[in-house]
Amino acid sequence: MKYAYYPGCSLERNAGAYHDSAMAVAGPLGIEFESIEDWNCCGASEYVALELLPAYSLIARNLAIAERQPGPAHKLVAPCSMCFLNLSKVDHHMASVPAVADNVNRALAAGGLRYDPGSVQVRHLLHVITEDVGLEAVRARVQRPLYGLRVAPYYGCLIVRPAYGEARDDPEYPTSMDELVRALGATVVDYPMKAQCCGGHMTQISEPVALEMIRRLLKNAADYSADAIVTLCPMCQLNLDAYQDAVNKHFGTDFRIPVLYFTQVMGLAFGHDAKTVGIGKEFVSANAALAKIGVEPPEAPAKERASKDALPMPGRPKEN
Amino acid sequence: MLARAPTMTFLAEVEAETPGDARLIHCIQCGTCGGSCPSGPDMEHTPRHLFAMIAAGMREDVLRSNTPWYCVSCYYCTSRCPQEIHITDIMYSLKRMAIREGHYRDSTAASAPGWSETFIDYVEQYGRSFELGLATRYHLRHHPLNAVKMATGMGLGMFVRGRMEIKPTRIKGLAQLKAILAEAKTIGGAA
Repeated sequence: MKYAYYPGCSLERNAGAYHDSAMAVAGPLGIEFESIEDWNCCGASEYVALELLPAYSLIARNLAIAERQPGPAHKLVAPCSMCFLNLSKVDHHMASVPAVADNVNRALAAGGLRYDPGSVQVRHLLHVITEDVGLEAVRARVQRPLYGLRVAPYYGCLIVRPAYGEARDDPEYPTSMDELVRALGATVVDYPMKAQCCGGHMTQISEPVALEMIRRLLKNAADYSADAIVTLCPMCQLNLDAYQDAVNKHFGTDFRIPVLYFTQVMGLAFGHDAKTVGIGKEFVSANAALAKIGVEPPEAPAKERASKDALPMPGRPKEN
Repeated sequence: MLARAPTMTFLAEVEAETPGDARLIHCIQCGTCGGSCPSGPDMEHTPRHLFAMIAAGMREDVLRSNTPWYCVSCYYCTSRCPQEIHITDIMYSLKRMAIREGHYRDSTAASAPGWSETFIDYVEQYGRSFELGLATRYHLRHHPLNAVKMATGMGLGMFVRGRMEIKPTRIKGLAQLKAILAEAKTIGGAA
């Protein structure tokens, strides 16, 4: 199966682990990705807050490039929920509002481009795996079942809402990733807040508001004794992982829940080692969760400072 | 840019600013939006309240409210609205109108547009976003005390984990992108 691939800015760096693990599971599943040529940022949720037509034109440049690129470009896969929403949204508005299509194409023409709405099918990576590849094929690749690992499946917002085109999952209680994680052998815990918001860029606008939103999500996972939260969006991963320490300081809590991408746990189940799937880049260590499924932690254990010939001294406590 | 016709009500202006049929005029004031909003408790007006103010033509008060800036764009309200109003898109329209008319400067979320502007500044300059530059410039300008905290805490943490780029990435077709964006700015409103 061949797809055009739109990594988006996050996967180039802060969510590099998502990209690496997606590539590690694509091969065994028979998926081939071809990056679209010289893609640009989708503008996240920022450009539409400033100017509408430039925001839509920025996004449409990617669709136009995908449309005219030879190969599998009519099926465009975005692993990031924000990119997925933006690309789908512009395609949707261009298809349903002729004035939007005209204006965007007038702007694109200044760069020698044109996009015919509806000609590129925008897909999220999760849906490619759960629908096109299918759970049977996933199950057949499992070499190391994740028995005993309790996973809270976290979808966030933009993959399920507002669902331009065909709605694939319930907008408030989606289950497609639950089934995928279950196919890997893991236990899926009930996670009532699975489609609630991580706050997006709110950490930068008003940190206390953002920390409260993140706290609720962590508490909900902790209440159901999850060993890990598994997600499909770079923004969700960043907020829940990198701000977990700030939440603990702000509220006096002691959450220590690793936040992994679904492709990382897939990779582990397929028999990859932790480093191959980008584990070790999290702020909150995943080592305790890895131990439960018999996976070696990514870094070598800390070396003892003293040599064998040195005087006997108490050893340093080992980090878990 | 959309001309402000003197005969147009404020509500019609907000609808015209929003792509497609925003359906704002169909609001029945049920409050499902505010009840579904994860950041609702921190907003000066719930979406329902704000929509009543829009219908009443309270232009300055609406465009000075922190509500659109505290919208986290989760689309819960949009997905639940019994009248199928495009609430999240309307929040974006209100942000754009507040920036154009300068009202956001009086709001309690006065630094919020700075985040969007700094983010997009890098995108317009390179074609890609650039987190290090964005975080540094935004915090130095709007929250100088926070800048030190960010640099030594989160920024350093991201860097040692190989999650932050030191230099921005520039796309090859930057001239093409700039021409497209310049033309889009000339044309103005897309709705």
